[in-house]
Amino acid sequence: MTAVDHHRHPGINLGHTDPDTHEQAEETLFGFWIFLMSDLVLFALLFATYASMMGSTDGGPGPRDVLELSSSALETGVLLFSSLTMGMASLAMKYKEPPARLQMWLVATLILGLVFLWLGGSEFVKMASEGASAQRSGWTSALHALLGTHWLHVAAGCVWLILSILQVAIFGPQSPVKLRLMRLALFWHLLDIVWIFIFSVVYLGGLA
Amino acid sequence: MSAEHTAREKRRELRSYLVGFVLAVILTAVAFLVVAAGLPTMTAYGVIAVTALVQVVVHFRFFLHITLKRSTRDDLQLILFTTLIIGLMAGGTIWILDNLHHRMM
Repeated sequence: MTAVDHHRHPGINLGHTDPDTHEQAEETLFGFWIFLMSDLVLFALLFATYASMMGSTDGGPGPRDVLELSSSALETGVLLFSSLTMGMASLAMKYKEPPARLQMWLVATLILGLVFLWLGGSEFVKMASEGASAQRSGWTSALHALLGTHWLHVAAGCVWLILSILQVAIFGPQSPVKLRLMRLALFWHLLDIVWIFIFSVVYLGGLA
Repeated sequence: MSAEHTAREKRRELRSYLVGFVLAVILTAVAFLVVAAGLPTMTAYGVIAVTALVQVVVHFRFFLHITLKRSTRDDLQLILFTTLIIGLMAGGTIWILDNLHHRMM
């Protein structure tokens, strides 16, 4: 067998470390990949709306008034680091390291996800207090729709992480649990890709 | 599969995640530093666009493990098709609304 045969779907491939689950993974993960692509289309249209609404501030606050480089850099760092811990969790799962090791990486990812939610949440509160709530102008509406949708996705990812941690604790790393973890990893990594566009377009584009 | 083979594959995959992480950190840092340094807007836009697109490729390659030669399934084709759909819908939206905006002036 060559490396080509091992690789059947996006994300980590179990390959010879768990051939039975690897066999099932191809269909399951391809289906989930189709969902993720449709999710990307959703985000793309929110970006299109945002681009159309740039400058539509109705005399209210604009990007330079409400967006901050330092807080977005912190959010970016937290998400990027959580992608690494999720990757480490995937490796711990694939190479059958002790479940405690897998749990440790999943908990680390969860903590980073919660820190991101807290940072994003306080940003929304701060914007509201500065008169840049969602209903202020076309631009603030588009901004809240885009950031809010990403925030909700991360929140859903955190719920999924909590459920995964419980499932690993109760059932151990069985085949169905592994398949869910592999989909969770795809979801998490794709959210980070969406965030690349958010910090590039919204924060850096707005502040450059 | 021998234990030695597995250990080698594990090292290779671990290195892949670490390389991807380091590249992503560097690309992100460059984009943020350009804005923090206050370079001319058009230069900054160019650097941000290039680093963002390279970083997307890095994430796909090192975190989602999608490569040109190893994608035996339709994953990559699906990405390209999605890109086409996004181009049509997002590009069309921006084009039409920008045109409308000018006519309203």
